[in-house]
Amino acid sequence: MDNLIRIQKLNLYYDRFHALKDVSLDIPEKAITAFIGPSGCGKSTLLRTLNRMNDMIPGTRIEGSVQIAGTDIYGDDVEVEALRKRVGMVFQQPNPFPKSIYDNVAYGPRLHGMKNKAALDEIVERSLRQAVLWDEVKDFLKRSALSLSGGQQQRLCIARAIAVQPEILLMDEATSALDPISTLKIEELVQQLKDSYTIVMVTHNMHQAARISGRTVFFLNGEIVEADDTQKLFSTPQDPRTEDYISGRFG
Amino acid sequence: MIQRKEFDQNLEDLRQLLRQMGEHVEHALTESIDALQALDSAKAKAIVARDVELNQMEEQVMEIGSRLIVTQQPVAKDLRRIIVAFKISSDLERMGDLAIDIAKVTTRLEGQKLIKPLIDIPKMSELVILMVRESLQSYLDENTDLAYKMAKDDDEVDHLYSQMIHELYAFMIANPESLQQAMLLTLVGRYIERIADHATNIGESAVYLVTGHRPDLNQ
Repeated sequence: MDNLIRIQKLNLYYDRFHALKDVSLDIPEKAITAFIGPSGCGKSTLLRTLNRMNDMIPGTRIEGSVQIAGTDIYGDDVEVEALRKRVGMVFQQPNPFPKSIYDNVAYGPRLHGMKNKAALDEIVERSLRQAVLWDEVKDFLKRSALSLSGGQQQRLCIARAIAVQPEILLMDEATSALDPISTLKIEELVQQLKDSYTIVMVTHNMHQAARISGRTVFFLNGEIVEADDTQKLFSTPQDPRTEDYISGRFG
Repeated sequence: MIQRKEFDQNLEDLRQLLRQMGEHVEHALTESIDALQALDSAKAKAIVARDVELNQMEEQVMEIGSRLIVTQQPVAKDLRRIIVAFKISSDLERMGDLAIDIAKVTTRLEGQKLIKPLIDIPKMSELVILMVRESLQSYLDENTDLAYKMAKDDDEVDHLYSQMIHELYAFMIANPESLQQAMLLTLVGRYIERIADHATNIGESAVYLVTGHRPDLNQ
């Protein structure tokens, strides 16, 4: 499996706080990589460097490089808008726009200049189908997205993210606000999506990481302690700190 | 973490159950060989009667282990502790059954005299009792060196077993009237040899618990 993302000697500071320390990591293409670790360990910070969401936080300073398909995304000639089209994101709380279901999904493609109604219809249907939401909403596409349940809203957000056909999908604790059934649906969905997208997820639920990811990265105090195939990391971790964390001895 | 404390206590309960099962097997094997040497069928019957305790302990191991898997969703070494407890308890249960098979030979020989003094059987059983003790100890202390050392003794057991078989075959040919008893004694040798194999399995489980990899100690 080829690596799509290459992070080298990445250091990130929020003012004086050293949030990521010498992080180097390769992330494979069309696979699910999970970031785990206690709160404040840097996992969400690293996730947000992948589409430069940290740029918006004042006082953030970055050293090192993050390459996607060989291009340094912190290079001078990189347009952040174009980057975020390639790297979509789904957040912890479902955040649909207060618009119709249809308009939520069509938002990205329209933003990128698509006006053709038939083409938009097709994208909306394909994205909703990929997000396993189509059958539940196909007769109410004009209804407000806010009328959907939390689990449906989150799947809508995934449909919205994939409507612009990104290469990478970032998920920041995307199921932590959902009930177990909705969580299961999202997990199944994510596993289907990995055939088309490179998925990087942050999760507080270690068993979720164990269930659905192919690789798992364990963070502690801004450093990567261990990165390995998920099955290996959860069965025979090499570092005692990983063992202690996944066994619930701290964190 | 309170939850972790209870979990650790339950893992310790499993460990203690296996220790007790090991002691039970060691005792049953010692007694069954003593009973055979003395052709003491009363003693042999007492061993058979106590087997139910071993089965109950095995069930307890299954029950605690399954409950921990469901409620604690253990990973890494915690999970191996439980997998290993299942495996070792089933090895010990089989060893207990084999000790009973030896005791049943004694009850079938009731009223007879031994055709010859037992030499290799006591030697084998002495070695196997040591293997049982050391295999359990290697698990309890998570001592892989002891597991490997113990497994080496299995070669000597196999050697004694084959020596004993040859002797008994020769004896059967020379003394056809002793065929039935000689056959039963070869079976005893076979049972003891099987117990040694289960002890080797326990040593493998001990290594797996520590390293996450299961070696083949039978080679």
